[in-house]
Amino acid sequence: MVSSLFPLKLQDVAVRRQGKRIIGPIDLVLNPHGPTIVIGPNGSGKTTLLRVMHGIERINDGSVTWTAPDPSKHAFVFQSPIVLRRSVAENLAYPLRLLKTPAGQIRETVGYWLDRIGLASGQNSPATRLSGGERQKLAIARALVRKPDVLFLDEPCANLDGHATREIETLLQEIAAAGTQLVMATHDMGQARRLAHNLVFMLDGKIHETGPAKTKFSAPQTEALAAFLRGDIVT
Amino acid sequence: MVDIWEGLSAAFWLIVHFDAELWEISLRSLRVTLTALVIASAIAIPLGTYLAVQRFRYRRFTISMINALMGLPPVVVGLVVYILLSRSGPFGVLNLLFTPTAMIIAQVIIITPVIASIAHQSMRELWAEYHDLLISLNTSKWQRILTLVRDGRRNLLTAALAGFGRAIGEVGAIMIVGGNIDHVTRVLTTAIALETGKGDFALALGLGFVLIGLAIVVNLAIHTLSRTEREGQW
Repeated sequence: MVSSLFPLKLQDVAVRRQGKRIIGPIDLVLNPHGPTIVIGPNGSGKTTLLRVMHGIERINDGSVTWTAPDPSKHAFVFQSPIVLRRSVAENLAYPLRLLKTPAGQIRETVGYWLDRIGLASGQNSPATRLSGGERQKLAIARALVRKPDVLFLDEPCANLDGHATREIETLLQEIAAAGTQLVMATHDMGQARRLAHNLVFMLDGKIHETGPAKTKFSAPQTEALAAFLRGDIVT
Repeated sequence: MVDIWEGLSAAFWLIVHFDAELWEISLRSLRVTLTALVIASAIAIPLGTYLAVQRFRYRRFTISMINALMGLPPVVVGLVVYILLSRSGPFGVLNLLFTPTAMIIAQVIIITPVIASIAHQSMRELWAEYHDLLISLNTSKWQRILTLVRDGRRNLLTAALAGFGRAIGEVGAIMIVGGNIDHVTRVLTTAIALETGKGDFALALGLGFVLIGLAIVVNLAIHTLSRTEREGQW
Protein backbone atom coordinates (compact mmCIF):
# COMPACT_ATOMS: atom_id res chain seq x y z
CA MET A 1 0.00 0.00 0.00
CA VAL A 2 1.41 3.39 -0.98
CA SER A 3 0.31 6.40 0.98
CA SER A 4 -1.47 9.21 -0.84
CA LEU A 5 1.16 11.50 0.68
CA PHE A 6 3.71 10.25 -1.84
CA PRO A 7 5.61 11.07 -3.93
CA LEU A 8 7.60 13.40 -1.73
CA LYS A 9 9.68 15.83 -3.76
CA LEU A 10 12.73 17.70 -2.56
CA GLN A 11 13.98 20.30 -5.01
CA ASP A 12 17.27 22.15 -4.56
CA VAL A 13 16.96 21.84 -0.80
CA ALA A 14 19.76 23.34 1.26
CA VAL A 15 20.17 23.83 4.99
CA ARG A 16 22.82 26.18 6.34
CA ARG A 17 23.56 27.03 9.94
CA GLN A 18 25.74 30.01 10.82
CA GLY A 19 26.99 30.18 7.26
CA LYS A 20 27.97 26.51 7.18
CA ARG A 21 26.27 24.19 4.70
CA ILE A 22 24.74 21.22 6.52
CA ILE A 23 23.04 19.61 3.52
CA GLY A 24 22.37 20.53 -0.06
CA PRO A 25 21.70 21.05 -2.75
CA ILE A 26 19.43 18.01 -2.65
CA ASP A 27 17.02 16.81 -5.31
CA LEU A 28 15.10 13.69 -4.41
CA VAL A 29 11.79 12.11 -5.30
CA LEU A 30 10.65 9.59 -2.74
CA ASN A 31 7.91 7.20 -3.77
CA PRO A 32 8.68 4.12 -1.77
CA HIS A 33 7.06 0.70 -1.82
CA GLY A 34 8.97 -0.47 1.23
CA PRO A 35 11.39 0.79 3.86
CA THR A 36 13.79 3.48 2.70
CA ILE A 37 17.09 3.42 4.52
CA VAL A 38 19.36 6.46 4.54
CA ILE A 39 23.00 5.54 5.09
CA GLY A 40 26.20 7.51 5.17
CA PRO A 41 29.10 8.38 7.43
CA ASN A 42 28.69 10.45 10.57
CA GLY A 43 28.02 14.08 9.72
CA SER A 44 26.89 13.32 6.19
CA GLY A 45 23.49 14.92 6.84
CA LYS A 46 21.22 11.88 7.37
CA THR A 47 19.47 13.30 10.41
CA THR A 48 19.02 16.73 8.84
CA LEU A 49 17.57 15.17 5.68
CA LEU A 50 14.98 13.25 7.73
CA ARG A 51 14.11 16.34 9.76
CA VAL A 52 13.68 18.36 6.58
CA MET A 53 11.33 15.73 5.14
CA HIS A 54 9.29 15.68 8.37
CA GLY A 55 9.15 19.47 8.39
CA ILE A 56 10.90 20.14 11.68
CA GLU A 57 14.07 21.59 10.16
CA ARG A 58 14.01 25.00 8.52
CA ILE A 59 15.39 25.01 4.99
CA ASN A 60 17.30 27.92 3.51
CA ASP A 61 16.77 27.10 -0.16
CA GLY A 62 14.54 24.90 -2.28
CA SER A 63 11.24 23.25 -1.53
CA VAL A 64 9.81 20.13 0.09
CA THR A 65 6.51 19.05 -1.43
CA TRP A 66 4.23 16.28 -0.25
CA THR A 67 1.59 15.24 -2.77
CA ALA A 68 -1.11 15.49 -0.09
CA PRO A 69 0.38 17.51 2.76
CA ASP A 70 -0.86 16.38 6.17
CA PRO A 71 1.57 16.71 9.09
CA SER A 72 -0.53 14.39 11.23
CA LYS A 73 0.15 11.59 8.74
CA HIS A 74 3.86 11.40 9.43
CA ALA A 75 5.70 10.88 12.68
CA PHE A 76 9.29 10.97 13.86
CA VAL A 77 11.34 8.82 16.22
CA PHE A 78 14.52 10.43 17.47
CA GLN A 79 17.90 8.82 18.03
CA SER A 80 17.77 9.55 21.76
CA PRO A 81 14.21 8.64 22.65
CA ILE A 82 12.34 11.54 24.21
CA VAL A 83 9.96 10.37 26.91
CA LEU A 84 7.56 12.66 28.67
CA ARG A 85 7.81 12.86 32.47
CA ARG A 86 4.65 10.82 32.75
CA SER A 87 3.70 7.20 33.08
CA VAL A 88 4.27 4.77 30.22
CA ALA A 89 0.54 4.71 29.43
CA GLU A 90 0.30 8.51 29.56
CA ASN A 91 3.16 8.78 27.08
CA LEU A 92 1.17 6.68 24.64
CA ALA A 93 -2.03 8.60 25.29
CA TYR A 94 -0.40 12.01 24.80
CA PRO A 95 -0.54 12.31 20.96
CA LEU A 96 -4.17 11.18 21.02
CA ARG A 97 -5.11 13.68 23.72
CA LEU A 98 -3.68 16.44 21.54
CA LEU A 99 -6.21 15.42 18.89
CA LYS A 100 -9.02 15.34 21.48
CA THR A 101 -9.62 11.65 20.82
CA PRO A 102 -12.49 10.19 22.88
CA ALA A 103 -11.36 8.59 26.16
CA GLY A 104 -12.61 5.13 25.23
CA GLN A 105 -10.67 5.12 21.99
CA ILE A 106 -7.54 6.33 23.80
CA ARG A 107 -7.84 3.49 26.34
CA GLU A 108 -8.28 0.94 23.58
CA THR A 109 -5.36 2.21 21.48
CA VAL A 110 -3.03 2.58 24.46
CA GLY A 111 -3.93 -0.92 25.66
CA TYR A 112 -3.20 -2.36 22.23
CA TRP A 113 0.23 -0.71 22.01
CA LEU A 114 1.15 -1.57 25.59
CA ASP A 115 0.57 -5.24 24.79
CA ARG A 116 2.33 -4.92 21.47
CA ILE A 117 5.55 -3.51 22.94
CA GLY A 118 5.42 -5.68 26.07
CA LEU A 119 5.09 -2.87 28.60
CA ALA A 120 1.55 -3.56 29.83
CA SER A 121 2.71 -4.68 33.28
CA GLY A 122 4.56 -1.41 33.88
CA GLN A 123 2.05 0.91 32.28
CA ASN A 124 1.74 3.08 35.38
CA SER A 125 5.47 3.34 36.03
CA PRO A 126 7.33 6.53 35.16
CA ALA A 127 8.58 6.27 31.58
CA THR A 128 11.88 7.83 32.63
CA ARG A 129 12.69 4.62 34.50
CA LEU A 130 12.58 2.44 31.41
CA SER A 131 15.73 0.97 29.88
CA GLY A 132 17.11 2.40 26.63
CA GLY A 133 15.47 -0.31 24.52
CA GLU A 134 12.13 0.03 26.29
CA ARG A 135 12.22 3.79 25.90
CA GLN A 136 12.83 3.45 22.18
CA LYS A 137 9.99 0.94 21.82
CA LEU A 138 7.76 3.35 23.71
CA ALA A 139 8.85 6.22 21.45
CA ILE A 140 8.07 4.14 18.35
CA ALA A 141 4.68 3.08 19.71
CA ARG A 142 3.86 6.68 20.65
CA ALA A 143 4.72 7.73 17.11
CA LEU A 144 2.38 5.04 15.80
CA VAL A 145 -0.71 5.62 17.93
CA ARG A 146 -1.96 8.18 15.43
CA LYS A 147 -1.60 5.60 12.64
CA PRO A 148 0.76 7.66 10.49
CA ASP A 149 1.32 6.76 6.85
CA VAL A 150 5.02 7.53 7.15
CA LEU A 151 7.38 6.97 10.06
CA PHE A 152 10.76 8.66 10.10
CA LEU A 153 13.33 7.03 12.34
CA ASP A 154 16.70 8.56 13.12
CA GLU A 155 19.06 5.73 14.07
CA PRO A 156 16.55 4.20 16.47
CA CYS A 157 18.87 1.37 17.50
CA ALA A 158 22.00 3.41 18.13
CA ASN A 159 23.42 2.60 21.57
CA LEU A 160 21.10 -0.37 22.04
CA ASP A 161 22.23 -3.95 22.68
CA GLY A 162 21.58 -6.80 20.25
CA HIS A 163 18.47 -8.05 22.00
CA ALA A 164 16.79 -4.62 22.04
CA THR A 165 17.85 -4.01 18.44
CA ARG A 166 16.28 -7.28 17.34
CA GLU A 167 13.01 -6.46 19.15
CA ILE A 168 12.84 -3.07 17.50
CA GLU A 169 13.68 -4.41 14.07
CA THR A 170 10.94 -7.02 14.42
CA LEU A 171 8.48 -4.30 15.38
CA LEU A 172 9.58 -2.17 12.43
CA GLN A 173 9.22 -5.09 10.01
CA GLU A 174 5.69 -5.73 11.29
CA ILE A 175 4.81 -2.06 10.93
CA ALA A 176 6.23 -1.95 7.41
CA ALA A 177 4.34 -5.10 6.49
CA ALA A 178 1.14 -3.45 7.74
CA GLY A 179 1.65 -0.62 5.25
CA THR A 180 3.45 2.15 7.14
CA GLN A 181 6.26 3.61 5.06
CA LEU A 182 9.51 3.68 6.99
CA VAL A 183 12.22 6.20 6.23
CA MET A 184 15.12 5.43 8.51
CA ALA A 185 18.67 6.66 8.95
CA THR A 186 21.23 4.19 10.19
CA HIS A 187 24.97 3.68 10.19
CA ASP A 188 24.53 -0.04 10.89
CA MET A 189 25.09 -1.75 7.54
CA GLY A 190 23.75 -5.07 8.82
CA GLN A 191 20.53 -3.37 9.81
CA ALA A 192 20.35 -1.55 6.49
CA ARG A 193 20.69 -4.85 4.62
CA ARG A 194 18.01 -6.49 6.78
CA LEU A 195 15.45 -3.73 6.44
CA ALA A 196 16.08 -1.75 3.27
CA HIS A 197 13.90 -1.83 0.23
CA ASN A 198 15.25 1.44 -1.10
CA LEU A 199 18.63 2.91 -0.28
CA VAL A 200 19.75 6.53 -0.08
CA PHE A 201 23.50 7.04 0.36
CA MET A 202 24.55 10.44 1.68
CA LEU A 203 28.00 11.92 1.63
CA ASP A 204 29.08 15.42 2.59
CA GLY A 205 25.54 16.73 2.83
CA LYS A 206 24.49 15.47 -0.59
CA ILE A 207 22.72 12.43 -1.92
CA HIS A 208 25.49 10.49 -3.51
CA GLU A 209 23.54 7.50 -4.73
CA THR A 210 19.98 6.25 -4.47
CA GLY A 211 17.95 3.32 -5.77
CA PRO A 212 16.65 -0.16 -4.97
CA ALA A 213 18.55 -1.62 -2.03
CA LYS A 214 19.25 -4.99 -3.66
CA THR A 215 20.96 -3.37 -6.63
CA LYS A 216 22.87 -0.86 -4.56
CA PHE A 217 24.18 -3.45 -2.13
CA SER A 218 25.22 -5.88 -4.86
CA ALA A 219 26.45 -3.41 -7.48
CA PRO A 220 27.13 0.10 -6.12
CA GLN A 221 27.63 2.60 -8.91
CA THR A 222 30.18 4.79 -7.17
CA GLU A 223 33.47 3.97 -5.49
CA ALA A 224 32.39 5.92 -2.41
CA LEU A 225 29.37 3.68 -1.79
CA ALA A 226 31.39 0.56 -2.54
CA ALA A 227 34.03 1.68 -0.05
CA PHE A 228 31.38 2.55 2.55
CA LEU A 229 29.74 -0.86 2.17
CA ARG A 230 33.15 -2.52 2.55
CA GLY A 231 33.55 -0.70 5.84
CA ASP A 232 36.26 1.66 4.66
CA ILE A 233 36.41 5.15 6.07
CA VAL A 234 34.66 7.47 3.64
CA THR A 235 34.72 11.24 4.04
CA MET B 1 20.93 33.44 74.58
CA VAL B 2 18.48 34.04 77.42
CA ASP B 3 16.35 36.09 75.01
CA ILE B 4 16.16 33.17 72.60
CA TRP B 5 14.98 30.80 75.32
CA GLU B 6 12.50 33.38 76.48
CA GLY B 7 11.35 33.74 72.88
CA LEU B 8 10.92 30.00 72.50
CA SER B 9 9.06 29.91 75.78
CA ALA B 10 6.83 32.83 74.70
CA ALA B 11 6.11 31.11 71.39
CA PHE B 12 5.23 27.89 73.19
CA TRP B 13 2.81 29.61 75.60
CA LEU B 14 1.25 31.72 72.85
CA ILE B 15 0.47 28.56 70.95
CA VAL B 16 -0.68 26.35 73.80
CA HIS B 17 -2.90 29.07 75.23
CA PHE B 18 -4.51 29.58 71.81
CA ASP B 19 -3.79 33.29 72.13
CA ALA B 20 -6.62 34.94 70.18
CA GLU B 21 -4.52 37.79 68.85
CA LEU B 22 -1.80 35.43 67.72
CA TRP B 23 -4.32 33.34 65.81
CA GLU B 24 -5.84 36.42 64.27
CA ILE B 25 -2.56 37.84 62.95
CA SER B 26 -1.28 34.41 61.93
CA LEU B 27 -4.40 33.73 59.91
CA ARG B 28 -4.20 37.21 58.38
CA SER B 29 -0.55 36.58 57.46
CA LEU B 30 -1.54 33.33 55.80
CA ARG B 31 -4.54 34.82 54.03
CA VAL B 32 -2.59 37.78 52.63
CA THR B 33 0.42 35.69 51.62
CA LEU B 34 -1.50 32.78 50.10
CA THR B 35 -3.77 35.12 48.17
CA ALA B 36 -0.75 37.00 46.84
CA LEU B 37 0.90 33.67 46.02
CA VAL B 38 -2.09 32.41 44.02
CA ILE B 39 -2.37 35.65 42.05
CA ALA B 40 1.38 35.93 41.44
CA SER B 41 1.60 32.25 40.38
CA ALA B 42 -1.29 32.70 37.97
CA ILE B 43 0.68 35.51 36.32
CA ALA B 44 4.24 34.27 36.68
CA ILE B 45 3.96 30.58 35.72
CA PRO B 46 2.37 31.13 32.29
CA LEU B 47 4.72 34.09 31.75
CA GLY B 48 7.84 32.08 32.63
CA THR B 49 6.71 29.19 30.43
CA TYR B 50 5.80 31.47 27.54
CA LEU B 51 9.25 33.05 27.70
CA ALA B 52 10.75 29.55 27.51
CA VAL B 53 8.88 28.44 24.39
CA GLN B 54 8.38 31.67 22.44
CA ARG B 55 11.00 33.64 20.57
CA PHE B 56 10.26 37.33 20.05
CA ARG B 57 12.22 40.52 19.54
CA TYR B 58 12.60 41.73 23.12
CA ARG B 59 12.66 38.29 24.77
CA ARG B 60 16.20 38.54 26.19
CA PHE B 61 15.48 42.03 27.47
CA THR B 62 12.25 40.84 29.09
CA ILE B 63 14.04 37.95 30.81
CA SER B 64 16.80 40.28 32.02
CA MET B 65 14.20 42.68 33.38
CA ILE B 66 12.37 39.92 35.25
CA ASN B 67 15.64 38.68 36.71
CA ALA B 68 16.53 42.23 37.74
CA LEU B 69 13.10 42.74 39.32
CA MET B 70 13.75 39.77 41.60
CA GLY B 71 15.84 42.15 43.64
CA LEU B 72 13.15 44.82 43.91
CA PRO B 73 13.52 46.60 47.28
CA PRO B 74 10.23 45.93 49.12
CA VAL B 75 10.29 49.36 50.71
CA VAL B 76 10.34 50.99 47.27
CA VAL B 77 7.49 48.75 46.12
CA GLY B 78 5.57 49.73 49.23
CA LEU B 79 6.21 53.39 48.58
CA VAL B 80 5.09 53.20 44.94
CA VAL B 81 1.94 51.24 45.84
CA TYR B 82 1.28 53.73 48.64
CA ILE B 83 1.49 56.65 46.20
CA LEU B 84 -0.75 54.88 43.68
CA LEU B 85 -3.38 54.00 46.30
CA SER B 86 -3.26 57.20 48.35
CA ARG B 87 -6.17 59.62 48.09
CA SER B 88 -4.29 61.86 45.66
CA GLY B 89 -3.05 58.89 43.62
CA PRO B 90 -4.65 57.45 40.46
CA PHE B 91 -6.32 54.61 42.39
CA GLY B 92 -7.18 56.59 45.49
CA VAL B 93 -10.88 56.37 44.68
CA LEU B 94 -10.76 52.63 45.40
CA ASN B 95 -9.98 53.28 49.10
CA LEU B 96 -7.57 50.38 49.29
CA LEU B 97 -4.77 51.96 51.28
CA PHE B 98 -4.30 50.41 54.74
CA THR B 99 -6.30 47.33 53.83
CA PRO B 100 -5.18 43.72 53.38
CA THR B 101 -5.88 44.15 49.65
CA ALA B 102 -3.16 46.80 49.44
CA MET B 103 -0.78 44.39 51.20
CA ILE B 104 -1.68 41.68 48.68
CA ILE B 105 -1.02 44.04 45.77
CA ALA B 106 2.43 44.92 47.15
CA GLN B 107 3.29 41.26 47.72
CA VAL B 108 2.15 40.27 44.23
CA ILE B 109 4.49 42.91 42.77
CA ILE B 110 7.38 41.65 44.89
CA ILE B 111 7.02 37.90 44.32
CA THR B 112 5.82 37.73 40.69
CA PRO B 113 9.35 38.27 39.28
CA VAL B 114 10.76 35.68 41.72
CA ILE B 115 8.30 33.00 40.63
CA ALA B 116 8.51 33.96 36.93
CA SER B 117 12.29 33.82 36.91
CA ILE B 118 12.56 30.43 38.61
CA ALA B 119 9.68 29.09 36.50
CA HIS B 120 11.35 30.31 33.33
CA GLN B 121 14.64 28.65 34.27
CA SER B 122 13.05 25.25 34.91
CA MET B 123 10.69 25.48 31.92
CA ARG B 124 13.62 26.36 29.66
CA GLU B 125 15.37 23.14 30.66
CA LEU B 126 12.22 21.09 30.14
CA TRP B 127 11.58 22.78 26.80
CA ALA B 128 15.09 21.84 25.66
CA GLU B 129 14.24 18.23 26.56
CA TYR B 130 10.80 18.22 24.90
CA HIS B 131 11.41 20.61 22.01
CA ASP B 132 11.89 18.13 19.15
CA LEU B 133 9.04 15.89 20.26
CA LEU B 134 6.48 18.67 20.67
CA ILE B 135 7.47 20.25 17.37
CA SER B 136 7.27 16.90 15.59
CA LEU B 137 3.79 16.31 17.03
CA ASN B 138 2.71 19.58 15.47
CA THR B 139 1.53 21.00 18.79
CA SER B 140 0.12 24.50 19.11
CA LYS B 141 1.80 27.11 21.29
CA TRP B 142 -0.91 26.69 23.90
CA GLN B 143 -0.53 22.89 23.93
CA ARG B 144 3.22 23.26 24.44
CA ILE B 145 2.73 25.59 27.40
CA LEU B 146 0.15 23.29 28.98
CA THR B 147 2.39 20.26 28.50
CA LEU B 148 5.39 21.97 30.06
CA VAL B 149 3.36 23.28 33.00
CA ARG B 150 1.87 19.85 33.62
CA ASP B 151 5.11 17.90 33.35
CA GLY B 152 7.19 20.55 35.11
CA ARG B 153 4.76 21.06 37.96
CA ARG B 154 7.22 19.87 40.62
CA ASN B 155 9.72 22.52 39.58
CA LEU B 156 6.96 25.10 39.39
CA LEU B 157 5.94 24.18 42.92
CA THR B 158 9.48 25.00 44.01
CA ALA B 159 9.18 28.35 42.24
CA ALA B 160 5.88 29.04 44.00
CA LEU B 161 7.34 28.06 47.38
CA ALA B 162 10.25 30.45 46.82
CA GLY B 163 7.63 33.15 46.25
CA PHE B 164 5.79 32.09 49.39
CA GLY B 165 9.00 32.28 51.41
CA ARG B 166 9.67 35.78 50.14
CA ALA B 167 6.09 36.93 50.82
CA ILE B 168 5.53 35.46 54.27
CA GLY B 169 8.69 37.10 55.59
CA GLU B 170 8.08 40.46 53.94
CA VAL B 171 7.72 43.47 56.20
CA GLY B 172 8.84 46.70 54.50
CA ALA B 173 6.18 47.05 51.82
CA ILE B 174 3.24 45.77 53.84
CA MET B 175 4.14 48.00 56.74
CA ILE B 176 3.90 51.02 54.44
CA VAL B 177 0.72 50.09 52.55
CA GLY B 178 -0.97 48.23 55.43
CA GLY B 179 -0.05 50.55 58.24
CA ASN B 180 0.17 47.74 60.84
CA ILE B 181 -3.31 48.57 62.15
CA ASP B 182 -4.42 46.33 65.01
CA HIS B 183 -7.19 43.90 64.01
CA VAL B 184 -7.10 45.19 60.42
CA THR B 185 -3.71 44.89 58.76
CA ARG B 186 -1.39 43.60 61.48
CA VAL B 187 0.43 40.46 60.40
CA LEU B 188 3.20 38.45 62.00
CA THR B 189 6.10 40.37 60.47
CA THR B 190 4.71 43.80 61.25
CA ALA B 191 3.81 42.64 64.77
CA ILE B 192 7.41 41.48 65.24
CA ALA B 193 8.67 44.88 64.09
CA LEU B 194 6.26 46.57 66.49
CA GLU B 195 7.22 44.44 69.52
CA THR B 196 10.91 44.89 68.76
CA GLY B 197 10.37 48.64 68.65
CA LYS B 198 8.63 48.45 72.04
CA GLY B 199 11.58 46.49 73.45
CA ASP B 200 9.57 43.31 74.09
CA PHE B 201 12.15 41.02 72.55
CA ALA B 202 10.74 37.84 74.05
CA LEU B 203 7.34 38.38 72.45
CA ALA B 204 8.97 39.49 69.18
CA LEU B 205 11.08 36.34 69.14
CA GLY B 206 8.06 34.27 70.06
CA LEU B 207 6.17 35.67 67.08
CA GLY B 208 9.28 35.06 64.96
CA PHE B 209 9.31 31.38 65.91
CA VAL B 210 5.61 31.14 65.15
CA LEU B 211 6.32 32.69 61.73
CA ILE B 212 9.09 30.18 61.03
CA GLY B 213 6.87 27.33 62.18
CA LEU B 214 4.06 28.54 59.95
CA ALA B 215 6.34 28.71 56.92
CA ILE B 216 7.60 25.18 57.59
CA VAL B 217 4.07 23.81 58.09
CA VAL B 218 2.81 25.39 54.83
CA ASN B 219 5.83 24.07 52.89
CA LEU B 220 5.38 20.57 54.30
CA ALA B 221 1.64 20.68 53.67
CA ILE B 222 2.12 21.68 50.03
CA HIS B 223 4.79 19.02 49.50
CA THR B 224 2.60 16.39 51.11
CA LEU B 225 -0.51 17.37 49.19
CA SER B 226 1.35 17.42 45.90
CA ARG B 227 3.20 14.20 46.75
CA THR B 228 6.55 15.48 45.48
CA GLU B 229 8.59 12.84 47.26
CA ARG B 230 6.25 9.97 46.63
CA GLU B 231 7.73 6.86 45.05
CA GLY B 232 7.09 6.64 41.35
CA GLN B 233 6.03 10.24 40.95
CA TRP B 234 7.84 13.27 39.60
